[in-house]
Amino acid sequence: MISTRSTNQTMPGFWRYALRNFRVGIAFIILFALLAITVSLNERFFTPPVITSTANQSMTLVFAGMAQTTVVITGGIDLSVGPIISLSNSLASAIFSETDSALSIIGVVVIVLAVAALAGLVNGLIVVYGRLQPIIVTLATASIYSGIALFLRPQPGGYVPDIYGDLLTRRVAQILPESLFGEEPAGIAAFFQSLFNFIPASVILLIVVVLIVWIPFRRSQLGMWVYAIGSNEGAAYMSGVNVKLAKVSAYALGGFFAGIGGLFLTAQTLSGDATTGTVFTLQSIAVVVLGGTSLFGGSGGVAGTIAGAIALRLIPTILFFARVNPLQQPLWEGVVILLAVAAGASRIFTVRSRLDTMR
Amino acid sequence: MENTQKNSLLSRFTNMDRENRNVVISYSMIVVLIVFCSIFITPNFASPTFLTQQLRIASFLGIIAAGQMAVILTGNIDLSIPWTLNLSAVVATSIMAGQDGNLPSGIGVALGVGLFVGLVNGIGVAYLRVPAMVLTLGVNAVLKGITVVYTGSAPQFQQTPEFLSKAATEVLFGFLPIAVIIWGLVSVIQYLVLSRSGVGRKTYAVGNNEVVAYLSGIRTPRVLIMVFILSGVLNALAGLLLAGNAGRSFNEMGDPYMLPAIAAVVVGGTSILGGSGKYVGTIAGVIIVRLLDGALNIVQVPPAAKDITFGLVILVMLFLYGRGEKVRE
Repeated sequence: MISTRSTNQTMPGFWRYALRNFRVGIAFIILFALLAITVSLNERFFTPPVITSTANQSMTLVFAGMAQTTVVITGGIDLSVGPIISLSNSLASAIFSETDSALSIIGVVVIVLAVAALAGLVNGLIVVYGRLQPIIVTLATASIYSGIALFLRPQPGGYVPDIYGDLLTRRVAQILPESLFGEEPAGIAAFFQSLFNFIPASVILLIVVVLIVWIPFRRSQLGMWVYAIGSNEGAAYMSGVNVKLAKVSAYALGGFFAGIGGLFLTAQTLSGDATTGTVFTLQSIAVVVLGGTSLFGGSGGVAGTIAGAIALRLIPTILFFARVNPLQQPLWEGVVILLAVAAGASRIFTVRSRLDTMR
Repeated sequence: MENTQKNSLLSRFTNMDRENRNVVISYSMIVVLIVFCSIFITPNFASPTFLTQQLRIASFLGIIAAGQMAVILTGNIDLSIPWTLNLSAVVATSIMAGQDGNLPSGIGVALGVGLFVGLVNGIGVAYLRVPAMVLTLGVNAVLKGITVVYTGSAPQFQQTPEFLSKAATEVLFGFLPIAVIIWGLVSVIQYLVLSRSGVGRKTYAVGNNEVVAYLSGIRTPRVLIMVFILSGVLNALAGLLLAGNAGRSFNEMGDPYMLPAIAAVVVGGTSILGGSGKYVGTIAGVIIVRLLDGALNIVQVPPAAKDITFGLVILVMLFLYGRGEKVRE
């Protein structure tokens, strides 16, 4: 024990960081391994269209996983992630106006995000002030949110502006006006044009969300409290952490992330469907575990979750290019998920005593 | 005189321990539901024919919920319900090939599938110490894959044997569905095991505090494996009956049962944290979930209102059962 501590103190910052986040590191190793396999099976992988479609296919799950992560860090769980995605999708498709004006699109985005965050806030308030178990509370609110989504959109359909879809699902170079680079770009302009031609807009969206929402939250006192609660709620309370505030904000932030997921899904499908989000609830839990966040709370973060979500979405691609019989694809997908998740979550490898594994 | 009696009833209720109080609350809820629905929806709601019909449909959920309740009592959860049920049903239907003569082998194989799945879940949770929620989720995904490979791309139109269909749908003497008898048998056994046997006490002990249970000499892994096997076998049994009910088995037939089964257990007053709850409460929980669904079907509310009502009722029941302790240290 003492030796560990002294090594920790003398170790350079990077290695100390790597050791502390070793489970998250595993998620990235899995991701890079899967990427390597994908590239070896499909040499056209690193072309702009393939990169963009891979990113777009993963992005809703990435945001669903981020939503789940914020709640799981507190030691809770959110079974309403999928329904909040459905709700956002249905709401957006119901209130988009056909004027396609920038102002109306921004208005829709703000309203949808506010409603999604409100849904998360309600989860948090019931869990904290009702002193009920998160798994059951969110099971109940999941049913309620699905109902509201179905009320807003009884049949799939609705109007979503094409320009809104293009803005989120295409490549950066396709969105920017061509005049920006001139007729025949040269030098630095040419470099930026080819760079932007490679970067999907959805990746920019993700980077922006991480930079202006997640990282400030993680570094704030509130973010530290959220981790503290997950480690030991009682100890956090005794050290003066505002447990109620921190928990409620974690659930609200979760709802907000799920809302972004719903908005992205809307851009992808260009229509509304009240059941479209359902699959994301259980997948988000799998992604969180793959990403190295402990279901018991207090550790991990969204970096691993992002890696986990992309890795999970690469599996069908790999099976497709490996020419696995399509009938067997769900089976192999299931086997890979089961093995990865079980290995990531099992506690027999990391604890010293059998008693430590019982909690 | 009447006043004192009322007082003593009330005080008896408030002095009850939480488990028994929850049972009283859940059965009161059934009465409230029936009275409310027969006044405001249709007087037929309280008719024996309607209630018998509802009980018959409830028995499928009831059998699943019995297994889930045992798992939840130990502080775990079984999310592999849908495809355990589905795989057993699909395998059994194709083995039986519509012939009553193949019943024993079909039923045997189906229950064997359930037992094996339960064993895998139990070993993973008890020895590999994977959190049950994650493990059973993964197992569910694998089972789905196996089912898809097994059935092939073509949908299954294989009829179930007549006997199985009768077992799921026939009503004896006009008031006693065979499915309810099967659910009743499962219930009697589960009630006796949980409240009268050493295995039952060990199940509660593991749910209350696994470390203490282990240190007091209970072989906790065995208990865990046992409850998961119970859940797997009961899922397979429900799968057989559901196949009989529909006349055939089909993919995704188990999906509508997972969340209602958990809801029924919780609405029946069992703590999701484990260690506390009575099986008779779970029976009430199943009936509440079923009656609610039946009532909303009669008034033909849009599915939206159905989902919202369902969620609100779960929340109301949770608040009736009382809130958790405040975190102090």
